[in-house]
Amino acid sequence: MSTVALTLTVNGRARRVRVPPMKRLLDVLREDLALPGTKEGCGEGECGACTVSMNGAVVNACLVPAVHAQGARIVTVEGLARGPRLGALQQAFVELGGAQCGICTPGMLIAAHALLQRTRGVPREDAVREALAGNLCRCTGYQKIVDAVRAAARAKSGAAR
Amino acid sequence: MATRTRTGARPRARFATVGTSPPRREAADKVTGRARYIDDIVVPGVLHGRTVRSTVARGIVRGVRLDPAFDWRDVVVADHRDIPGENVVALIADDQPLLAARDIRHADEPVLLVAHADPERAEAARRAVTLDIEPLPPVLTVEDALARTAVIHGDDNVYKEIVIARGDVDAGFAAADHVLEARYHCGHQEQLYIETNGMLAEVADGVLTVRGSLQCPYYVQRALERMFALPPERVRVVQTVTGGGFGGKEEYPSMIGGHAALLAWKSGRPAKIVYDRLEDIAATTKRHPAVTRVRAGVTRDGTLLAWESDVVMDGGAYETLTPVVLSRGAIHAAGPYRCPNVRIRARGVATNTPPNGAFRGFGAPQTQFAAECHMDRLAEALGLDPLALRRRNAYDEGDVTPTGQVLRESVGAKLALEETARRVQWPRVRRALSRANAAAARAERAGRFAAGGRRLRRGIGLALVWHGAGFTGSGEVKLASLAALDLAPDGWPRILTANTEIGQGTITSFAQLVGETLGIRPERVHVNDADTAQVPDSGPTVASRTVMVVGGLLERCAAAMREQLEAFAGCTIEGEHAFRRVARRWLATRGPLAIARRYQPPPGIAWDDDHYRGDAYGVFSYAGIAVEVEVDLDTGETRVVRVLTAQEIGRAIHPVLAAGQIEGGTLQGLGWALLEDVRWKDGRVWNHQLTNYIIPTAVDAPPIQTVLLGIPYARGPFGAKGVGELPMDAPAPAVVEAIAHATGVRVSEIPVTPERLLAALARREADAPARAGARA
Repeated sequence: MSTVALTLTVNGRARRVRVPPMKRLLDVLREDLALPGTKEGCGEGECGACTVSMNGAVVNACLVPAVHAQGARIVTVEGLARGPRLGALQQAFVELGGAQCGICTPGMLIAAHALLQRTRGVPREDAVREALAGNLCRCTGYQKIVDAVRAAARAKSGAAR
Repeated sequence: MATRTRTGARPRARFATVGTSPPRREAADKVTGRARYIDDIVVPGVLHGRTVRSTVARGIVRGVRLDPAFDWRDVVVADHRDIPGENVVALIADDQPLLAARDIRHADEPVLLVAHADPERAEAARRAVTLDIEPLPPVLTVEDALARTAVIHGDDNVYKEIVIARGDVDAGFAAADHVLEARYHCGHQEQLYIETNGMLAEVADGVLTVRGSLQCPYYVQRALERMFALPPERVRVVQTVTGGGFGGKEEYPSMIGGHAALLAWKSGRPAKIVYDRLEDIAATTKRHPAVTRVRAGVTRDGTLLAWESDVVMDGGAYETLTPVVLSRGAIHAAGPYRCPNVRIRARGVATNTPPNGAFRGFGAPQTQFAAECHMDRLAEALGLDPLALRRRNAYDEGDVTPTGQVLRESVGAKLALEETARRVQWPRVRRALSRANAAAARAERAGRFAAGGRRLRRGIGLALVWHGAGFTGSGEVKLASLAALDLAPDGWPRILTANTEIGQGTITSFAQLVGETLGIRPERVHVNDADTAQVPDSGPTVASRTVMVVGGLLERCAAAMREQLEAFAGCTIEGEHAFRRVARRWLATRGPLAIARRYQPPPGIAWDDDHYRGDAYGVFSYAGIAVEVEVDLDTGETRVVRVLTAQEIGRAIHPVLAAGQIEGGTLQGLGWALLEDVRWKDGRVWNHQLTNYIIPTAVDAPPIQTVLLGIPYARGPFGAKGVGELPMDAPAPAVVEAIAHATGVRVSEIPVTPERLLAALARREADAPARAGARA
């Protein structure tokens, strides 16, 4: 099978892999780069478990062929914490019950992180729900996820003041 | 009549950790991506297994053809002849084969397994197998099963029939001022855990080890012992981090685990099977569909005199868990209401569809959907408010259930109902919405439409439900669960149970119960993995039993450990440093300290399984819910605007986890009520994708306001009762009532899809002139 050399930046680190051009970015991350934090829930872009940030945009890694990620900046759940310290969003998920079984959590965190990066102040509840509508969770009923995202935004804007 | 709701106030006793909400123990792993689920575990040399399944619903296997053009080298192929022990997935009736040998009883039934080191080659091999199956006419619906269009089980297609009788129902109906009868339908529901089923099997030194996503390690172990004719010490089952279960990983892991094990056994290499979403939805268990006819007789003022429920559930192609799902459904079928004369008949029937199984609520959501819808119809017929009718009949302490159980303590029915009504401001909101709907209708008749031209109506409905915690009847006695606590080498206690963390918070709550009893912080307590080689059989993680039953055993273990260590130290132990000092001294001088406690029924509890009489559960939990909806009369879409639910669950050990259970269960109930529709074509699931099997998103989900109420249960640890399943029972009937309040149309089948609601609205339009004519 023909392969291509792929250069991309994952969680701030330059990475180089040789993979089939149509290999899913999800599998490149999980198999070739040993980053299994990104999950597969449906394989057809419906559930959002494989959500990663690609050049600042939120994408379903199961729908992105490897060649599309050439030169891209990718952030996965493994890139959210700075060393052993959890980020504000992760901390809020821990404290407020935003993660239950945890399988949707990596994708949920990436989508929420993107929302907080493009939002000033604390997003309204419906804005949070809209931003997370592509990420399915079967455990929480979403309430504690929404609460955690807003709490993290409050913590961040509080810290900024 | 005196109510005993005052005891529902906040607990007076002060606890160090019980009733607080420390972070879930594995939360940091889950938010950093470090948690390893079965699909994340890499094993060198592993084979990837695929399952060849029947495409017909019923038939006889006449041949299996392996495409001669395909390169079969390095492909492992296994069928029923490779099973060293019995070809059975052991459960209750033991009627389901691991791999079909001759008879096909449902579509997507497994027949053959293939495996290869390259998953793409394994998939190609699966496609290179052709099954030659002679089709037979299938039975695909409950109606056809009862009509015996074909006989596929016994002589009547009935797996199990249960009759519960109390008082004299005929006399009750004769004395009633009003008798009302209706029929209610609910369809299949997919558990839809976001992590699909997956298992990994290895054979080393004669020991078969199976790891994976599961709820009940000992279920899988027992099933594997039978399939492989191995003694328990040669079968080890270990749970890996599990991405949701909801019952869907109660019995099915024995099947997929058996398949992975068979491939490993035959090849001598590790073998892994992880389903993709399509296969998971098509082949694994679902909630039992149910048809329930209810007939109730009341006095003019709304007092229930007679209640009759006739329930039929679709068990699917094998008996599996149907008898016990049916049992829980039957016991809960008359709702949390006092009624002197009750007759409940429940039948589970066979169809040629994949076996239905455990799903949160386990039969009780289906029967209580019918009961609560019927209460609303009764209220309407009597001109009573739905709250008033429920208030009149809801259980009090001392009332007697249909099985003859006297409700002696922790009866929170009225507390849950009244708190729901008070906090949602029931009468005021209900009246206000009625007025607004009438005004909108008047304006539209006058040609004035709301902005956007949409004809919207709002309505609010409520429901009251109950749910028994623990196994039904003598189930807990038969399980005889054993939990243990020992001292780890570092001097901190270690919990040893087979109960699994599947997102609900088992290990965090367990550590709190033990920490509280021993006077140490819960994070000091070790929790052993659910590994059958290391932990005793503390029973399955199902039936809202984990905290109440197994947590209760752990509390007793911890109390005994404290007692022994204090006797050893010769003084009371205060604080965790003192605990550890004494514990290490014990370990140094006396060696290990391990304490185990086995379940014993509370005194005075008795159950007669032959006649369905007695104490069906040690205790029940209760929930009230109010659901407000907005209906678009032109599109038939229903949007849930908000939900408030007050749930009486005894003492909440960890309020954040408890509320998480309630919110998640509530949304699954809303999905079941409005969105989740399993569509079938020739006995196969037609919409086996997340593209067309729709579960609620964050936008579909309303804000959910949760109120935790607790009337402590003396026999639960620190007063705890069950909470896991209760929230699933409440939402659907409240949605139906809210839609009726909004539109005047009362549906009797869920999910209330836009198509179904539009059809019901159209029927009313068609009936309206006829009704007007009749009045004239």
